[in-house]
Amino acid sequence: MFLDFFRRNKKSSAQKAKERLQIILAHERVSNKAPFLEDLRKDLIKVVAKYVDIDPKEIEVSLQRDNSIEVLEINIPIK
Amino acid sequence: MSGKVITITSGKGGVGKSTTTANLALGLALAGKKVVAIDLDIGLRNLDMILGLENRIVYDVVNVVEKVCKVKQALIKDKRVDNLFLIAAAQTRDKSAVKPEQVIELTNELKKDFDYIILDSPAGIEGGFRNAMLPADEVIIVTTPEISAVRDADRVIGILEANDKKEMSLIINRINPTLVKKGDMMSKDDVLQVLNIPLIGVVPEDENIVSYTNIGEPSILHSDSPSGKAYKNITQRLLGKDVPFMEIVERKKGIIEAIISFFKE
Repeated sequence: MFLDFFRRNKKSSAQKAKERLQIILAHERVSNKAPFLEDLRKDLIKVVAKYVDIDPKEIEVSLQRDNSIEVLEINIPIK
Repeated sequence: MSGKVITITSGKGGVGKSTTTANLALGLALAGKKVVAIDLDIGLRNLDMILGLENRIVYDVVNVVEKVCKVKQALIKDKRVDNLFLIAAAQTRDKSAVKPEQVIELTNELKKDFDYIILDSPAGIEGGFRNAMLPADEVIIVTTPEISAVRDADRVIGILEANDKKEMSLIINRINPTLVKKGDMMSKDDVLQVLNIPLIGVVPEDENIVSYTNIGEPSILHSDSPSGKAYKNITQRLLGKDVPFMEIVERKKGIIEAIISFFKE
């Protein structure tokens, strides 16, 4: 009980390890696939711009993994 | 007969790939399957010593792919189990001595005679890694609950998902229950949440492994050892049996030990 007093609010090192991994891996998983994502983004801009008015800088392309399902997320705001 | 090729890999070195390869190969052979283990860590031969077969090597895997000898001549028979064989890595060459197509040709030939072909991959994600990955029907990724091992395992998983679409499963090796309980080591569930691939086994840290390796007798031959039991369970799962995951808990302390550790807290 009184030992818990000193321990509370303190995250365990295992918890910290897990959080650090989750952050760095989320970043690395995307950047390891960056060449293909960047090409896709450029192609999308070309195609979509033919039909609607868009700001190329606003287009977001990202890859996410969630419970073994991979999701390609594309956001294209129209002007 | 059409055998199955299982590749054991990790990304990071020193997490127990060769120990895992030796134990699973022995386990499958003890279960009556015809098994060949191939060491693909060319230049850094190790599986032969872990299996205690280092004095029997005449030809190695490079000799086979270069057709210096027949496949049969390079098969080293295990001294304990009749249906286990090893093809050793070359010690005087490097990873570039073997190409993926050559390994595929070799495994295709071996598939006719063996139930399981277990490939021990080198560490890293360079040339030698492709040699071990391309022929695989199934890939087992070995990690420990350490930050660098998990990160490297994730990299390997990413590469396999992007290129090969292989069936993958995970072994979490060297779990130390005391450290997990103290919050100083990631638990099985922590690692699984980060890596997100199916689990095929958990292996407790077992200090006996050092001495088993010293004498060339993998822990599965010592069925009373904690790691031996864990490897036996993994073998059963590879054979399609539904075995519950081992509960990795602290060894029960005697009353004196308990009192001492109470005061240490």
